Amino acid sequence: MSSTKLSRRKFMQLAAVGVGSLGIAGGCRGQRAPGLHFFALNEARLVEAIADQIIPPDEWPGGRESGVMNFIDRQLAGPYRRYQSDYRTGLKAIDDECMGRFGKIFEALSWEQQLSFLKEMESGALNQGVWRGGLSRRFFNLLRSHSLQGYYGSPRHGGNKNFASHKMLGLDYPQILGRNRHSS
Amino acid sequence: MSNPHVNAVVIGAGAGGGVVAKELSVGGLSVVLFERGGWASFEDHDTDELVSQRTTVLGNAFGPDDERYRRVVVNDDGSTDTVLPSHWAYNNVAACVGSGTVSYGAMAWRFMAEDFQMKSVYGHVAGSTMDDWPLSYTDLEPCYEKAEWELGVAGDSALNPFEAPRNKPYPMPPFSYNGEARRLEWAMRRLGLHPFPIPMLRNSVPYNGRAACVRRRACCGFACPVNAKAGTQNTVIPAALATGNCQLRTECLVSELPVDAAGKITGVAYFDPNGTKQEQTADVIVIAASATESARLLLNSKSKQFPNGVGNRYDWVGRNLQGHAYTGAFGLFEEDIYDDVGPGATIAISDFSHRNPGIVGGGILANEFTRLPYLFTGVRPPSSPTWGRAHKEFQRKYFRRNVQVVGPIQEIPVFESRVQVDSVVKDYWGIPVARLSGHRHPKDAEGCDFLSRQAEKILQEAGAFQTWRHVPGLGLSGGQHQAGTCRMGNDPQTSVTDKYGRVHETPNVFVADGSLHVTNGGFNPVLTIMALGYWVGGHIAQEWQRGNRFA
Repeated sequence: MSSTKLSRRKFMQLAAVGVGSLGIAGGCRGQRAPGLHFFALNEARLVEAIADQIIPPDEWPGGRESGVMNFIDRQLAGPYRRYQSDYRTGLKAIDDECMGRFGKIFEALSWEQQLSFLKEMESGALNQGVWRGGLSRRFFNLLRSHSLQGYYGSPRHGGNKNFASHKMLGLDYPQILGRNRHSS
Repeated sequence: MSNPHVNAVVIGAGAGGGVVAKELSVGGLSVVLFERGGWASFEDHDTDELVSQRTTVLGNAFGPDDERYRRVVVNDDGSTDTVLPSHWAYNNVAACVGSGTVSYGAMAWRFMAEDFQMKSVYGHVAGSTMDDWPLSYTDLEPCYEKAEWELGVAGDSALNPFEAPRNKPYPMPPFSYNGEARRLEWAMRRLGLHPFPIPMLRNSVPYNGRAACVRRRACCGFACPVNAKAGTQNTVIPAALATGNCQLRTECLVSELPVDAAGKITGVAYFDPNGTKQEQTADVIVIAASATESARLLLNSKSKQFPNGVGNRYDWVGRNLQGHAYTGAFGLFEEDIYDDVGPGATIAISDFSHRNPGIVGGGILANEFTRLPYLFTGVRPPSSPTWGRAHKEFQRKYFRRNVQVVGPIQEIPVFESRVQVDSVVKDYWGIPVARLSGHRHPKDAEGCDFLSRQAEKILQEAGAFQTWRHVPGLGLSGGQHQAGTCRMGNDPQTSVTDKYGRVHETPNVFVADGSLHVTNGGFNPVLTIMALGYWVGGHIAQEWQRGNRFA
């Protein structure tokens, strides 16, 4: 876990440097984070925390370290443009729900609290207010499948940093014609 | 500005159209081959699973694109969805030179004699339009042989006792088994089954100027980096172009078939790469745009003479849309099976293709193409976690310890499963899009239940400690094996074309793709589509040489 904490702290430091005079605490909410295509800084952090729940760090990197947020951010400015409003609405709904219920944002919850919150989303139990109409299950499924795509897909899309997941599966990475094993 | 008149246009440079273009241009006809996509190359997409033909979540590497194409799908409750090509419900077939044959798994099956005589063999099935083909296996056999030798198939027919008789062996030796197949082979034999190497449109040795396969895991769903896979784009289409008689027009979308005052189809109207509408006149028009798009083109070609679309006087165009209900089982093993020898699928049995008690038809079973990392995230026993720590651990533990045995069930055609054109939704060019509706026949569920149980038995015999079956529902079928929408037949009232693919109502319009299939076999259909390309194209060329101008 310690390496994860380190990388998270590092991310926040870098992010703080990046936004500079805008200030980090609240001023940046809703503004696109530097270097990203779609997410605001608070959204990016939330997506990273969720990605770590979908693919938790263990002896292999979790969703955060593997660049899942970066993957989703890039796709939301590309082929997943059609999901932009789901993300904007859904991430805010998670923020609001957690603040209302725990007085904290999702990232500040304990691991177990985060887990049970996501399970609630997955089950569709969240169905009041902004969640009405099936948003919680639909948005959870987007987060889940997009995280898995970022983690297990090709690094060319911004995730799967250093082919971590392919290494985890014991696969040659990357496949280079004539240089990998190809028995017949 | 107007295009010089040619003898023939072929619409669609895929499995059927590529072959027809070659047959016609070698036969001396001047040909324009239309393709809505462009040339695809391995370099464009490398081994990128997320845009591969099997996992199109970020778009289709081989087209069509999400920006310009749409289809409407009718749900069970009558509601409709407008879907993009990257969505599974679009039932996509690739849009590029070679179409699906660029990125397919390249299984090279011949149908069996029974597959052309389903009604005679099994009798009438209630609620189905299942019928005999107007041609037999024997009629098509020489065309299968041409496809096998001109494109190149590797296989060993001596090992499959159920294969229909052939005059010539495969041109290339079979592929060796990979780890999965070696594991399954003896289990199959112990069960009294007859395993053999899957025939493949892929070079096991250098053939026709192309290299031998290097057995990559990213094969099915991808272009081949060494051109070992035989598609129409690297075999018959170059041969057509080399005659000097064939012009290939890429990025050109055919929108309708214009008709003159006398009721004769004069050629095609199409949008060029700049989006400008043009016409190309021709004596003969061959449609090979896939079961969905060929039907759509005929239905969109409405005129005073053809108020319901060309060939549609009796409302059969677009009917009997079918594909394959893929069914089988997964097994988990205690030890590593995976050896990273692509493309994964190497062994098959044809024991259950026919003569299954109580079942109409059947299907082959084979080990599946490599389940690549993202695709494998969806492979879990029922009610397993779909995310989180346990999901990741499963991914790690069983990526090399799972085997899938799977096969295509011969679907029983249903009249209500169909392609129409939507009255509201249009594509980028303003052409009404295809509207898909219908369902599978209940008999398909019986076939799937039967075949998946056989798959599970094999896995258990091979030593799997846990197995589970997968059986598709009875929703709309189609997919990459889509077929049946312009059925061939002898009776103009219950079919769209004659036995040579000529549309009954017109002297000069032909169809040459999976649309012609009366039934779709319990096999991957591509070699049959290619064989039909030789059948239809060969017939047209022969008639032409005899002086027939199809007027």
